[in-house]
Amino acid sequence: MIRIDNVHKRFAGGGGAALAGVDLTIARGEVFGVIGRSGAGKSTLLRLLNGLEKPSEGHVRFDGIDVATLGPADLRQLRRRVGMIFQNFGLLSSATVAQNVALPLKIAGTPRAAIAARVAELLDRVGLHDHATKYPAQLSGGQKQRVGIARALATGPDVLLCDEATSALDPETTRDVLALIAALNRDLGLTIVLITHEMDVVRQGCDRVAVLKAGQVVETGPVADVVIDPQHAETRALLADAGDIGPGAHDFAGQVVHFTVHGAATTTPLISRIARETGADLTILDGRVGRLRDTAYAQLTLGIAGGNTAAALELLAQYGRVSR
Amino acid sequence: MTDFFADVVWSDIALATVDTLIMVFGSLGLTVLIGLPLGLALFLTAPGQVWANRGLHGALAVAVNILRSLPFIILLIVLIPVTLALVGTSLGVAGAIVPLVAGAAPFFARLVETALREVDRNTIEAVQAMGATTRDLVLRALLPEALPGIIAAGTVTAIALVSYTAMAGAVGAGGLGDLAIRYGYQRFQTDVMVVTVALLIVLVQLVQMLGDRLVRHFSRR
Repeated sequence: MIRIDNVHKRFAGGGGAALAGVDLTIARGEVFGVIGRSGAGKSTLLRLLNGLEKPSEGHVRFDGIDVATLGPADLRQLRRRVGMIFQNFGLLSSATVAQNVALPLKIAGTPRAAIAARVAELLDRVGLHDHATKYPAQLSGGQKQRVGIARALATGPDVLLCDEATSALDPETTRDVLALIAALNRDLGLTIVLITHEMDVVRQGCDRVAVLKAGQVVETGPVADVVIDPQHAETRALLADAGDIGPGAHDFAGQVVHFTVHGAATTTPLISRIARETGADLTILDGRVGRLRDTAYAQLTLGIAGGNTAAALELLAQYGRVSR
Repeated sequence: MTDFFADVVWSDIALATVDTLIMVFGSLGLTVLIGLPLGLALFLTAPGQVWANRGLHGALAVAVNILRSLPFIILLIVLIPVTLALVGTSLGVAGAIVPLVAGAAPFFARLVETALREVDRNTIEAVQAMGATTRDLVLRALLPEALPGIIAAGTVTAIALVSYTAMAGAVGAGGLGDLAIRYGYQRFQTDVMVVTVALLIVLVQLVQMLGDRLVRHFSRR
């Protein structure tokens, strides 16, 4: 549905390139995450999709149409098919909840009577029908983002762009908002592109993910693959920030290794088995055991000492992936 | 106490007060009419905004800065030929309006620009992302969001105009400033000075109170 083809973006006034040769394909109906640290270029990447920014080089195609070639009127038409929500919500503080949700419809020239009915329907969907006449300042962060979502859905878009939409929210509210976004994806078949710096958001909400570093995609794939078996150092660092991979340094006199296992092997009592067979002592220094969609997985930091350490490492490698 | 004010000609005071009010609010209206679009243009042509245009923004900024860098008393004199050409006289209330607006409009425009810059960046992007035209963006988002700030700017400008009218009095504009200078200063009539100063203080207080109340009424933050 969306094809990003060798896109570069440089801003006037110098500095490095915000994007340096990005290629991505986003399929209809999927929840696609882009993760990276601040300054990685994810905001710029998202803004290319609805023409808020234009690429310096390369193409962004929407159902085959190059966004950069659209005239002002066609671009406005495209933007009505693409909803967007923001970290700071971007609501009009001078307008009520209902007026905020009505704004895209007014701009699109929808008849007044149709607007009222549509606004009521949208507020129902996000669970805010009791708050229609309140002003944004009277709402909690989670409620404000729900207004943002209702507003983004007003013109019946095919795509929803989420710009760090949960970064200003507490973990519980984040879960609620992600659940709402997942429901929209499921019920309306909405394609969702979500940028974040938090691996937890990707894990909870996305089907596929791209890891962005210094304007380049360093790793991309289904979330389960990327989280369980990260290939790039940046991905591992982002996972470490989320507590998925423990810190490297431990006070342990012996070999320290990171061990990742998934699928059926997760429930195999392998640590005691390896210890028995090799005479080595194994201890868990750090770790996380969980489930990603339907895949069980464990990511452990193990300390190994005594006995035949080399043989123990070899056996570990038969069950999962070992890295230093 | 009554003896002190015995020589004050109250009908003159009343006429001067009316002249001051006409000058302040008449020129405030014209100032808003000129300064609001000017402030919008300054904001919209700034880098990163919808009409980003370095050349136009620079030209507007220089024009505004020139008018703002002249002390008002100098502006009054410099503009006498312009005033004569526009309204036929440089004297009285009519003659004062041109320099008053020329002094206040650039000041108000800068304050409007500042108020518009306070509008949340995400809000502007959100409205653009809806497929808004620039007209929609200005009328449905920027102006409503900046309204409290613009009203506050209008209040500050109105008070600046009160002080400008007093200066305009020095070059024959009439009003309370004129009275204070002619009677209070040149003829040593302290009583007239006291009355005009008191009236100016009351006027400024009333304008500020009214402005604050309007700002509160339109604030939803």
